[in-house]
Amino acid sequence: MSEQNEHAHHIVSPMVYLIILLALLVGTATTVWASYIDLGEWTPLPGLVIAWNPIVALAIACTKATLVVLFFMHVKYSTRLTMLTVFSGIFMFLTLVGMTLADYISRAWGRW
Amino acid sequence: MSDSHASADYPFTHGDSGEVPAHAEHPAYLRHHFNSVEQQADTTNFAMWLFLLTEVMFFGGLFTAYLIYRNWYYPAFVAGSHQLSIPLGAFNTLLLITSSFTMAMGVWCAETRRKSGLVLCLILTFILGLGFLGIKTIEYSEKIEKHHVPGFHYSLSSFLDPDSDAAAKAAGDKPMALDMARHTEVYFSLYFAMTGMHALHMIIGIAILGFMIYRAHAGAYTTGHVTFVENFGLYWHFVDIVWIFLFPLLYLISRH
Repeated sequence: MSEQNEHAHHIVSPMVYLIILLALLVGTATTVWASYIDLGEWTPLPGLVIAWNPIVALAIACTKATLVVLFFMHVKYSTRLTMLTVFSGIFMFLTLVGMTLADYISRAWGRW
Repeated sequence: MSDSHASADYPFTHGDSGEVPAHAEHPAYLRHHFNSVEQQADTTNFAMWLFLLTEVMFFGGLFTAYLIYRNWYYPAFVAGSHQLSIPLGAFNTLLLITSSFTMAMGVWCAETRRKSGLVLCLILTFILGLGFLGIKTIEYSEKIEKHHVPGFHYSLSSFLDPDSDAAAKAAGDKPMALDMARHTEVYFSLYFAMTGMHALHMIIGIAILGFMIYRAHAGAYTTGHVTFVENFGLYWHFVDIVWIFLFPLLYLISRH
């Protein structure tokens, strides 16, 4: 992004909104479809079982949320201040959730 | 600081000459403590995002509680999830995503100064939002009828005896032990807390939409000052994102 354009108010075209709408609808159909299929499990350590279904569901949801944030919420066309604000907010949220879950996962480590 | 009217003598030396020409050189919607329309727009946009980050933290606490309890009482969460209707949930997702699209189109209409287009987009968003709440009401009333609302009247029969319950039978649920069956109440507590807080945000959003339809009909937002519509759009899309996560997490647990 060039500096001159940073403050020009960018008007996102309806065609972009339409493409994002279609992508979000496809994502919704995919997540419902994927939930009916057993995607199996992964056992990286004895006792630690990771199921693929919720991971795929969350990956699709994260993709949809990213599309909404970037295009419907104009972050792709926003100032760097807005981009930094959004990024730091998501980073903060993931840090808090990650540290909380790390505690719950590791509390009984080795005593399975 | 190249403000057009921020000269050192402003406004006091104008006392004798009468009128202060405060709105002579800038649009009336530019507040006097901002340097330019761009700065005002960027500032309000930044402030709106800060508010949305507090909302992320608010819903984030609920999502974290959900993740931990789901890991502890996974069978109860599976059985609880089987009580929800995927068609209704998916249709609500469709309504909300479409309402986000109509809201984004409303922002575009405001930016390109299309008054009737803006009013139409806001009305469509309003109707789609009401449709979402209508379906949520159908879902809630079914939960009330089956005594799946946490509290004194909570019923475990769908989980202790799945054959007595059409939804549990269709999902092929097996009878649960009493201690795990009781934890379905945790699932439904989180279900009502999360969808309830989401619905409250929808109700607030719909009320503001009503106000905006009235104002847009009177000609507001399409004269170059789109901040209110734009920032409300951010709020509405945020509520949409919350549902994008709620739908798979609450409705789509272990359907295979």
